[in-house]
Amino acid sequence: MEYVIEMLNIRKEFPGIVANDDITVQLKKGEIHALLGENGAGKSTLMNVLFGLYQPEKGEIRVNGKKVNITNPNIANDLGIGMVHQHFMLVEPFTVTQNIILGNEPTKKGKIDIKKAEREVQEISDKYGLKVDATARISDITVGMQQRVEILKTLYRGADVLIFDEPTAVLTPQEIHELIEIMQSLIAEGKSIILITHKLKEIMQVCDRCTVIRKGKGIGTVDVADTSVSRLASLMVGRDVVFKTEKKPAEPKETVLKIEKLVVNDSRKISMVKELNLDVRAGEIVGIAGVDGNGQTELVEAITGLRKSESGSIMLKGKNIKNLSPRKVTESGIGHIPQDRHKYGLVLDYPVGENIVLQTYYQKPFSKAAILNYKEIYEKAKEIIEEFDVRTPSEFTKARALSGGNQQKAIIGRELDRSPDLLIAAQPTRGLDVGAIEFIHTRLIEERDKGRAVLLVSFELDEIIDVSDRIAVMFDGKIDAILKPEETNEHELGLLMAGSQVSGAGESNDKE
Amino acid sequence: MTKSNKLFTILIPIISVLLGLIAGAIIMLFSGYNPILGYTALWNGAFGDAFTIGETVRRITPLLLTGLAVAFAFRTGLFNIGAEGQVIVGWLAAVWVGLAVDAPMVIHLPLAILASLAAGALWGFIPGLLKAKLGVHEVIVTIMMNYIALYSVNEIVRSVLTEQETTTDAIAPTASLASEWLQGLTYFSRMHYGIVIALFAAAVMWFIIQRTTAGYELKAVGFNQHASKYAGMNVSKNIILSMVISGAFAGLAGAMEGLGTYGTISIMSGFTNLGFDGIAVALLGANNAFGVVLAAILFGVLKEGAGQMPTGAGVPTELVDIIIALIIFFVASSYIIRWVLLRFKKEGK
Ligand SMILES: Nc1ncnc2c1ncn2[C@@H]1O[C@H](COP(=O)(O)OP(=O)(O)OP(=O)(O)O)[C@@H](O)[C@H]1O
Ligand SMILES: [Mg+2]
Repeated sequence: MEYVIEMLNIRKEFPGIVANDDITVQLKKGEIHALLGENGAGKSTLMNVLFGLYQPEKGEIRVNGKKVNITNPNIANDLGIGMVHQHFMLVEPFTVTQNIILGNEPTKKGKIDIKKAEREVQEISDKYGLKVDATARISDITVGMQQRVEILKTLYRGADVLIFDEPTAVLTPQEIHELIEIMQSLIAEGKSIILITHKLKEIMQVCDRCTVIRKGKGIGTVDVADTSVSRLASLMVGRDVVFKTEKKPAEPKETVLKIEKLVVNDSRKISMVKELNLDVRAGEIVGIAGVDGNGQTELVEAITGLRKSESGSIMLKGKNIKNLSPRKVTESGIGHIPQDRHKYGLVLDYPVGENIVLQTYYQKPFSKAAILNYKEIYEKAKEIIEEFDVRTPSEFTKARALSGGNQQKAIIGRELDRSPDLLIAAQPTRGLDVGAIEFIHTRLIEERDKGRAVLLVSFELDEIIDVSDRIAVMFDGKIDAILKPEETNEHELGLLMAGSQVSGAGESNDKE
Repeated sequence: MTKSNKLFTILIPIISVLLGLIAGAIIMLFSGYNPILGYTALWNGAFGDAFTIGETVRRITPLLLTGLAVAFAFRTGLFNIGAEGQVIVGWLAAVWVGLAVDAPMVIHLPLAILASLAAGALWGFIPGLLKAKLGVHEVIVTIMMNYIALYSVNEIVRSVLTEQETTTDAIAPTASLASEWLQGLTYFSRMHYGIVIALFAAAVMWFIIQRTTAGYELKAVGFNQHASKYAGMNVSKNIILSMVISGAFAGLAGAMEGLGTYGTISIMSGFTNLGFDGIAVALLGANNAFGVVLAAILFGVLKEGAGQMPTGAGVPTELVDIIIALIIFFVASSYIIRWVLLRFKKEGK
């Protein structure tokens, strides 16, 4: 059997934790090989070892059967290994081509030959159907496009093996569809791919084989054709996983959030939310479905005080909270799981413990007379870490060192712990493993049953349909339709999200 | 990571200092001086007798405070190049109050010190405000504020505090930090009570940064403004506050000179360099209050000891500037040291 990459018995330790413990992965030529495991199982670490960012304590790496020593990413590049990181590494003010040639610029008589580079980049883009404009500026293109620039970068440097670390977590369903096509055309050109993803359906759809990692240990490799979603899930978690969260019918009570005729502009002063009306009542979960860029982000920012509203009203339990400061909004009883956890959710250089009190540090018992009480802070942190199963060496570890999914669990724990009257959850399960998603969904429903109002914003239609009691479809800054999850399906939602009116649905917006 | 990181933050300055001294010795050798004699002279210049020890302490005092000023701003994500100007206005304010007010010491001295704090704070407030409200980079504004301080203070000394003279009268004894007792102990060096204030200030910085909710906010804003805003902190307020506190530390350094060492203020032909040296002190002290104390002691010793090198060993004083520059160079290139250390650790395993 011919393997392009073999990682044999790899061990990688961090202080206080063994991230990879005797893991073996073998990649065949021309296959898409999935790497599956819970948050913090050690997938990113393993791939960083392959890419030369970390040195393993034990184990051996072979490329095309030859033992190699990858001590830095340049060596990985030379060996034809490219990596698309979950958090892109692009220079925003530069163009696509400038970003791609950064670090090995082609020169002509000592000057950078940008024209030649642009031609080459465009050629590769066309060959694999990436549809990237080589001269566009990074800051002007969408997240999905930026990811393709990262793919282009690896191809430009001659990668034969591409590592994708959770590429679909930040993409909309349409973009995911396109990415899958791109991966297939890469395979057709003789490349091999390692794909990290938490979405089991994607694995079933595109992958040939799948290696499962649990708590740093390799559990084994299976042929995707011989397995099923539930089998994969239980392999990875070590128990059976329920995919559809059980819940009683909602018992909505008084209105907690009432938004009327709300208008919100983005930073370019273009209206993104246009006279929007929305109610959320105690004891119900309202899911906002919509394609990214239809004003969901601005709506959430306006409610939470991060962005000024132009007109209209936002009433929380009968009190107008429009244009209050974020602190006032938080104090009046709103919890917010932000969409971008690195930008908003965490101070990455603070320990986990100090992140847990990010909104409450100035209150008792975490401080008294402006003096912090670290004992109370870290005790609270420990409590939340335990309750929400945040996998971290300790509460003193910097948030930066946690795996993506565990960072998210810490944020969710913090927001739920304040038991806010209204919980706004924006993409709460982005990047989480199936076990954690199940857990988060259960917690959201529990909050609902305790009589809290929950506003869920998600691009995942599964999640919207599963968890919501009512679904509000947002299109072009307005809520066009409110539907019951049991009376709709992904197809209808998809049409509504694209802006088409489905008969009878358009009316239900005004009154309920 | 955290444990070895802590080890590195301690090891890197120590190794840098050693490398700097070794490099200094090599330079002395190649320039035809005797490094042993040179360093002996340096040692004697700093610790030779009670007088030099007193003078060394006096030199450490303002460096310690400007080091704290730069370190404080740095901990909250700001680069205060303006400590220099803040020292100058603090110095002026302290001397002005020392000259103009007539009151018993319990009122006069604290008042003069407060004036220096307020002046330095104001000089930090302006760049803080511009940064917070208009996004103007603090480095540019603080550099300009340095020049504004230098030339306006010179003009005030010339035309307001004196009649076209270069030095003011001595401040009233009720505003002076000078101590006959300390001078007596040190054969009439200019050592004064300021060192107590400076050490206290270091404790204050540690306390604010590590223990208070204000410090928690300031650091958070320095690390991530978006998350701080999300958490309900007032980002503008914290940027301004950081510059104000930083400026107050530097202003206090001015009071050390004005109320302690000199008791006057003179027209300056150029910068005092206390503020700029503060950047080096903060860097070597890893922006940590305790580290700044140690770094200030080291720089104070080197600078004071340098005075003895020409007479004691024929080595020009500039050599000490080279050594200091090299130490800073090694700290700044700590990446290399870190890399070497990691290599050693690996091999050791
Ligand atoms: N630089 C680091 N320092 C210390 N610990 C680390 C570091 N990087 C990762 N870890 C720890 O190693 C473990 C594995 O992390 P890794 O990022 O590989 O997980 P993952 O499988 O990619 O998870 P996720 O799906 O959440 O991204 C985690 O417990 C994490 O806290
Ligand atoms: Mg990961």
